[in-house]
Amino acid sequence: MQALALRQLTKTYKNGIKALKGIDLEVAEGDFFALLGPNGAGKTTIIGIVTSLVNKTSGIVEVFGHDMDKELEVAKSCIGVVPQEMNFNMFESLFTIVVNQAGFYGIPRSLAKQRAEKYLKQLSLWDRRNSIARSLSGGMKRRLMIARALMHEPRLLILDEPTAGVDIEIRRSMWEFLRNINEQGTTIILTTHYLEEAENLCRNVAIIEGGRIIERDSMVKVLRKLQTEIFVLNLNESLAEPPEIPGFRTTLADDRTLEVEVSKGQTLNDIFAQLTAKGIRVNSMRNKVNRLEELFIRLVDVSARAAVTGT
Amino acid sequence: MGGSRARAEWVGFSTIIIREFNRIVRIWGQTIVPPTVTATLYFVIFGSLIGKRIGQVGGYDYMQFIAPGLIMMTVITNSYANVVSSFFGAKFGKHLEELLVSPMPNWLILSGYIAGGMLRGLLVGSVVTVVAFLFTRLPVAHVFAILSAALLTSMVFALGGFINALFATNFDQISWFPTFVLAPLTYLGGVFYSTTMLPGWAQTVSKANPILYMVSAFRYGFLGTSDVDLRLAYGIMVGAVVAMFTLAVTLLNRGTGIRE
Repeated sequence: MQALALRQLTKTYKNGIKALKGIDLEVAEGDFFALLGPNGAGKTTIIGIVTSLVNKTSGIVEVFGHDMDKELEVAKSCIGVVPQEMNFNMFESLFTIVVNQAGFYGIPRSLAKQRAEKYLKQLSLWDRRNSIARSLSGGMKRRLMIARALMHEPRLLILDEPTAGVDIEIRRSMWEFLRNINEQGTTIILTTHYLEEAENLCRNVAIIEGGRIIERDSMVKVLRKLQTEIFVLNLNESLAEPPEIPGFRTTLADDRTLEVEVSKGQTLNDIFAQLTAKGIRVNSMRNKVNRLEELFIRLVDVSARAAVTGT
Repeated sequence: MGGSRARAEWVGFSTIIIREFNRIVRIWGQTIVPPTVTATLYFVIFGSLIGKRIGQVGGYDYMQFIAPGLIMMTVITNSYANVVSSFFGAKFGKHLEELLVSPMPNWLILSGYIAGGMLRGLLVGSVVTVVAFLFTRLPVAHVFAILSAALLTSMVFALGGFINALFATNFDQISWFPTFVLAPLTYLGGVFYSTTMLPGWAQTVSKANPILYMVSAFRYGFLGTSDVDLRLAYGIMVGAVVAMFTLAVTLLNRGTGIRE
């Protein structure tokens, strides 16, 4: 069963901008799916159409087999959404916000109160349940939106940059929470600018650019396409020029920071052997960027160049 | 299946009403007190001070004559104000999305907001009615006419507030209509005078004002006399409710003002 199926989905805004140019996408039930793309690529438009906040121009949207043109209410009842922008009443208490949201989905008030306690506790917001929403910190507001989206226990949870502006500790606790929910059977679609987040959480990924899907595969297969990685070596000594290491491309970021590009099949031992031979000692080493980020930049770059040249 | 859906829709509908009621109570200093103070001032100035010099209108003291009109004016302005500010506020603050992503059908969302507007209109109208009884002995000729005219009128103006809020893109646009259209029509709708006191041409012009029919039907409920044909008055009120509800649902279905 597909949790979400988009067929030839297009959207042209009133100002003439074509945000989506025929999107075909399927997300399987139970998946943890990343929808990635640069700003303005069309991610939020897709989410807007699926959650019926944006009218599509053409195409078909099905949620668990329910066509949104024919069974809108049933389809909507399957979806929970955590939007990019805060969209709750800042003057209401947390408890009121989540209980009311359950009410809009037809959950009786007594059950809504039980669920409010469950989810506010799970997201460490129970102590603040009577606080006015605007008094919360940024991280708490994000967690409140997750709790609110879960109140009707949706089969498909869509998160549009849920950890934007959240510190790393809270971000990691949110990852853990989302992993648990996914393991319990909820399909999750995630958009994020933290590609490390997508790499850590998601099993499948689609990359969208200019209103088109330019990559759609499992995370493992997508990452396998990455042929090279750049390692950053912090040196013990200052260098005036990058050392020549046969088979490797080297550059100096500064006099004590060496960047080495390592292709598939090459080993790090070769680098260290040659650096040792030259009397260069390495204090520490790290990846320059995470792997998905590197691939993402390349794919988007290729797609942008193809759009310019018309290929 | 149908029963569970109806139950779910009832829960959604009642949730909007509870939220609107809580909002009315939470900001009571904006929703309940000001219209009560304004109405009291009208009773003191027009009823007690100036009214004594005017004498009788249609066989009743001036205070008795204007009381139903003042109550109706309160119902009109508060029903309108509640929906226009609450719905536009939700649109502006983006928390309207909580409803738009939910499975609640558009007609039900509209009904919830309309019920909230009627709740405030009738609540404040009831408070002003109590104030009226402090100033004058107000007869009650036809209870059904009082209740039906109040309910239908509050529904019409709650719908008006909703349509205004749908089209509004800034706060100026939600105050424009009440200030430049609603207030003049209300003041010229026979609240403070009987149209029989006007010259012929002005009587004819007044008959194009729908608020005249609403005020007159409501006044008939108290005093038993009316400036207009009551069948026409109820026809206008019911017709306005049906037409405006249909228009509002159509606009919602199209996404006017709420969806891109």
